[in-house]
Amino acid sequence: MALEKITSVSGKGAYVPGSDIDTDRIIPARFMKCVTFDGLGEYLFYDVRHHEDGTLKPHPLNDTNHAEASILLTGVNFGCGSSREHAPQALHKAGFRAVIAQSFAEIFFGNCGTLGMPCVAAAAEDIEKLGAAVNANPDLEITIDVEKNRVFYGDENFTVHMADSARDAFLSGKWDPIAELIEGDADIDRTASALPYMAR
Amino acid sequence: MSQSLFEKVWNAHAVRQLSNGQTQLLIGTHLIHEVTSPQAFGMLRDLGLKVKFPSRTFATVDHIVPTQSQVEPFADPLAQEMINALRANCEEFGVTFFDIGSGHQGIVHVVGPEQGITQPGTTIACGDSHTATHGAFGAIALGIGTTQIRDLLATQTMALSKLKVRRINVEGELPPGVYAKDVVLHIIKLLGAKGGIGYAYEYGGSLFDNFSMEERMTVCNMSIEGGARCGYVNPDEKTFEYLKGRPYCPQGDEWDAAVERWKAIASDPGCHYDDVVDIRAEDIAPSVTWGISPDHGIFVTENIPDPAQESDPDKRESIEEALEYMKLPAGAPIAGTPVNVCFIGSCTNGRLSDFRETAKYLKGHHVAEGVKAIAVPGSQIVDQLCKNEGLDQIFRDAGFEWREAGCSMCLAMNPDKLIGDQLCASSSNRNFKGRQGSPTGRTILMSPVMVAAAAVTGVVSDAREVFHVGQTAAV
Repeated sequence: MALEKITSVSGKGAYVPGSDIDTDRIIPARFMKCVTFDGLGEYLFYDVRHHEDGTLKPHPLNDTNHAEASILLTGVNFGCGSSREHAPQALHKAGFRAVIAQSFAEIFFGNCGTLGMPCVAAAAEDIEKLGAAVNANPDLEITIDVEKNRVFYGDENFTVHMADSARDAFLSGKWDPIAELIEGDADIDRTASALPYMAR
Repeated sequence: MSQSLFEKVWNAHAVRQLSNGQTQLLIGTHLIHEVTSPQAFGMLRDLGLKVKFPSRTFATVDHIVPTQSQVEPFADPLAQEMINALRANCEEFGVTFFDIGSGHQGIVHVVGPEQGITQPGTTIACGDSHTATHGAFGAIALGIGTTQIRDLLATQTMALSKLKVRRINVEGELPPGVYAKDVVLHIIKLLGAKGGIGYAYEYGGSLFDNFSMEERMTVCNMSIEGGARCGYVNPDEKTFEYLKGRPYCPQGDEWDAAVERWKAIASDPGCHYDDVVDIRAEDIAPSVTWGISPDHGIFVTENIPDPAQESDPDKRESIEEALEYMKLPAGAPIAGTPVNVCFIGSCTNGRLSDFRETAKYLKGHHVAEGVKAIAVPGSQIVDQLCKNEGLDQIFRDAGFEWREAGCSMCLAMNPDKLIGDQLCASSSNRNFKGRQGSPTGRTILMSPVMVAAAAVTGVVSDAREVFHVGQTAAV
């Protein structure tokens, strides 16, 4: 299964500040009553984007200037809480292809990786500055250079961080691990046969 | 060289190193439910793959099951579609399913232990972040996403980077009226909601040695709320006693051999930990949350934080956001906050001992006027055990509704939801914005006995005063 090598992601940004934004907020549980991930994009951040009568609240993602955004900018511990892959799937289906945050919750980070959606960590001031630039000019082109661990926009650039294993997986086109896991079949059987509880 | 349980279990399950440096880790036990698995089965079909070890995946249905009546068809056609899909997938791929009619259905993290599927020294994964619960038995138990469920179905393995281990020692005894839930809320408050990122938590010390298996499960359950990928307690005689005779445990000579293996899997004395935290049990009091993150915790005797007193601007902003959502007055005592709904249940606190301990105090009291109170057993077996002891009747006599097994109001993927900005005293695990089903609904996390105290007084209360807890030691 040959996958695209992801060496960089470019696009317009949307800035959703806040810390500890959990996966319930990214996709409220009631929209998870589905047997496929199709259509989740329209429920992204639903409760912070809509009043209870369904009308829109002021929110960066309701701003039509950011309708084409594909890079999300946010704060600390993004994606904490539930392990639901519905959260990264909703982001992906809404057109996002990467997230820049101060830090990420672990399960969310891994779930994004298997969708080919890089999550890079950056310093608060760099994100705030970029966020201000995006708000001033929604058409601003941002590039996340996965290979160089840097973000570029306008005349500016800053350093970002990502776990080496995740970065390596993007660069080598192995961010969906299934093919490599299957290749280990004989090793799997050997490991399993040494574990008595696997025999039951 | 001495090793931690984590190290030993990791090494025994490491299949090989992947090209990106991660480990291909064998996950011996895979648990699935209706919400996060259907898409994984879909991916499996799309790739033309089969389930590699069908006997190592176990399914139940919990999130979407209505608790007022489990009779099908469910009123919600989407919920019905989800249970139908799980049934069809289990049938097609040969996976054991603890279905509603089995008498063994329940919340996946209650079912695993009570069936004896959860065992020491094993690796367990489930598409649910509260999978850490199973760590109470000395297992490495991980919450995963749907793509990883596909990986497990197809290969029984997943790609993972090794975690660091933080030992959390809690020494001493809890004061009366203080419970395992208070311990974990206290730990999360001390270490923060993201303090555990990159870590497995090993819980130990005399408090955990003396804890029952169900108390250990309550603490391990909320490891993820502290950011830790998993949490565990070393197995001991209590673990073996709990497991003996359960359906999926080894029997006879095999049992004795298993116990020997399980004893050897515990962390060796003097093994290396990447970090150690020491906490005194005596310092812990009944705890409640005041905000929108599980680390927004205080003792029930304390005041709600005042952002004006906070010097760190980020923290001040976070307190302001939380208080605006919670509609709580800065600096005021949390005790006395009116509640609308009281919920006892969930994978954190929906087991026999939770209902037994609460019933002990609830007897002779009645739910305050205008308060809706529900008690939801974590499994059909818990329901039956409670009924055998007449606990359901004590709850009903006190004005609680006694429901059928499921996740219920913990996450509101079923009819149990808050309405508008109702405030819920909840024995569950998350107080996120909108978590309990209403976009403006409010949650205060606490122990089941504290929920009962809120139910009978109609306000957040110190259960020790309401129920005159004093001389009897906490169970």
